[in-house]
Order: sequence, then C-alpha cells, then structure tokens
Amino acid sequence: MIAIFLTAVLTENFILCQFLGICPFLGVSKKLNTALGMSLAVIFVMALATAVTYPINLVLKTKGLEYLQTIVFILVIAALVQFVEIVLKKYLPSLYQSLGIYLPLITTNCAVLGVVLLNVESGYNFAQSMINSVGGGAGFMVAMIMFAGVRERLEGCDIPKALQGLPITLIAASLVSLSFQGFAGVVEGIFG
Amino acid sequence: MAEKKSLYQEFSKGIIKENPVLRLVLGTCPTLATTVSVTNSLGMGIAATIVLICSNIVISALRKIIPSKIRIPAYIVVIASFVTIVQMLVKAFVPALNDALGVYLPLIVVNCIILGRAEAFAGKNPVIASAVDGLGMGIGFTFALLIMSTIREVIGSGSFLDGIDSLTKVFGVTSFTGFHDILSQPVGILVMAPGGFLVFGFVMALANKIAQGKGEKKAELSGCSACPMAHACSLVNTDDSCDSKAKESENK
Repeated sequence: MIAIFLTAVLTENFILCQFLGICPFLGVSKKLNTALGMSLAVIFVMALATAVTYPINLVLKTKGLEYLQTIVFILVIAALVQFVEIVLKKYLPSLYQSLGIYLPLITTNCAVLGVVLLNVESGYNFAQSMINSVGGGAGFMVAMIMFAGVRERLEGCDIPKALQGLPITLIAASLVSLSFQGFAGVVEGIFG
Repeated sequence: MAEKKSLYQEFSKGIIKENPVLRLVLGTCPTLATTVSVTNSLGMGIAATIVLICSNIVISALRKIIPSKIRIPAYIVVIASFVTIVQMLVKAFVPALNDALGVYLPLIVVNCIILGRAEAFAGKNPVIASAVDGLGMGIGFTFALLIMSTIREVIGSGSFLDGIDSLTKVFGVTSFTGFHDILSQPVGILVMAPGGFLVFGFVMALANKIAQGKGEKKAELSGCSACPMAHACSLVNTDDSCDSKAKESENK
C-alpha cells in the first residue's frame, strides 16, 4: 500500500514523469495559492472519480462491454464534476469559493481520466485504486507547488527574448523533472 | 470572418500559422509523452487526425441540433465514440502501436486540440470547412510531433524510424525497419521525461523566433485563453491569463 502511494507520488509522478495534466501545470502554476487550490481540487476529483468508476467498471466487465470504458468514464467524470460543483455551490459556499473555480477545468484534465484508466489497466483492487489516485493527486500537488516556487524566481530573470514565456518555463520544468528522475528505484529499494 | 477564408486557407492555417502545438499550445500532454520515437508520434498523429476530422464533421453537421447549453457534453460523447473506434482499429491492426501508446490512446478524448476545434470551429462552421480545418490541424499536430520526435529519437536513442515496420505492416511492407546506430553514444536523457520538456522548450523558442521575424505575436503563456473550457472557467477572468495578456499588450 505504502509502496503504491510512494510510487504514485515520486517515481511515477503524473506531471513530471508521465506527462498527464500538463495544461493546468503550465497554466495555473504561476502563483502558489492558485496552484494549491487547483491541486486540492484535483486530489478530490481523482479520489471521487475512482470511487465511482470502480463499481461501474465491474458492471461493464460482467456484461463484456469493456470497450465502452473510455466513453463511460469520461461521461461519468464530466457529470460528477458538474454535480460536485452544484452541490458545493449550494451547501458549502466557502469551499466553493476556494475550489469551485477550478472544477470545470478538471473535466478535461487528462490526469483524472488517466488515473482511472491506469487503475483498470494495472488491475488494482478498490483499496489499491484509491491509494493510487490519492497518491497521484498528491504527486500532482507536490509538482505544482514546487514549480510555483521555481516560476516565482523566473519572474525576475533576464531571459533571451525568444525564450521568454513558455519556452523557459518548459526548460525549467525539464530541470525539475530531472530531479525527480533521482527517485527512480527508491521505492523498490525500500520495499523490494 | 471565418466564412471569407478559402478552403486552402482553412487547411494551411493549422499547419504553421495556428499550429495547435507550437502556436496555440494545445495538446501538450500527448506531445510530450509520445515523441519518444518517430513511429509512436506518427501513429499518435494519424490517430488524432482521424478523430479530429470525423468529430469535426459530425459536430459541424449537428451544430444546429445541439443546444448550446449542453454542447460540451455532447461534443465529448461524439469525440469519445470516435476515439473508441480508432482504439479498436489500432488494437486489431497495429497491436504494437497500441502497446507503445498505452493509456495515451484513449486519452485522445481529453486532448484539448480536438475539443478546442469543436468549440472554436466545428460548432460554428459548415461541414466541408470543418473537415478541412480538422485535416489541417491534424497535420499541424503530426508535423509538430514529428519535429520533436526526430530530435529526441536521433539524439536520444541513436535511431530513426525504429519499429516503423509495425505501421507499414498494415500495407504489407515489412522489409524496412528504420535506421539504427546513427550515434555511437546516444544521450539517453532525451528520451526520458526531462528531455521531453527540454526539447519542447527549445522547439517552441525556435517557433517564436521565426514568428517574431514575421511580426506575429508570441505563443500565449497561459493555456487558458485557448482552452475549450475557458468560457466556463472563472479563473480566466480573475487573475493569471489577464495578467499575461496585459503584459503582452504592454510589450507591444
């Protein structure tokens, strides 16, 4: 269990090693507080999506309809996100204020659909799937927050004109990702 | 405005001027993930192009029937259906590619390029123009993938078109399996995750440089402005992207 969690956070970090959820990573990581809000919303939606799609997948399997996975999952996630947004707005307006604005963005975040599909592909049971999703979300948060710090430093730098903006951000992301390569083998080393 | 353009212009804008990856900064996830080898990115490009053309055609044909309030879910259903069809075809005819692309094949569903074109173009324009727009954008996407994967494969693993026979096998050609051992000491980091970001950064810088020479504006920093969900997302109106837009107009 801990091994799955650590693998999801460190060695198979969604953003830096698997390239899932790059759009919000580049779009929202400019400030620390937006990065934090976005990542909390992602963890929440990932866990919820996994909890809901796991039984649905079992139903699809017994009916032999596995090929419908993609369509069903994306629709469930989209509906779920809408639903959560409405519920939050009505009953928890303060939480909606801080997380709600990120929710529509998350529907098309490939990390959420990605984690659900990866759980199915790896044949995890329910508990393992949940751990993997929460770990993946936590890894997303770690990467977002670290990178928000890096980007604040970049603001004040004198950068060649062609590299300004997105290119230098990507190159900085490359260096952060390089540091995460150092975690390769750590989990196997501890639990192997 | 869009109606005045000729079909050729609709086609060619996607390749260079509005290249989805390098200029509009859409679909970054598959770009980074599948450009490890030229064969993979060719497969990804073709799959995405097929989905893009088909979904553009269907969405454009249905544009007067779909109520605008539920258009995003409706678009997603159309796109997901075509992705499933493509996924089944790939599994049946090119199983090696299915293994190589893995989870990124079903993830074409959430590729921002496809939903973005549905929202920005196919939902407002006639069928033929939408099909041509899809073709142009798809070729632009494939083109950007090929540039990146060529750099990464040649320097990173010292080969070019490695494993291409898994694609050409569909047409009965298996003799050519790509070039190997181009470099005696390949720089392995380029085919790993950091190399993806690095090459993407430099390729985009180059695209910016060329665009600057032609007096066009730089690629937007924030993906939000081009994001298909932008209208639904109050984030666009609150902070980040507005700041970057304000800065950009100051620069001018």
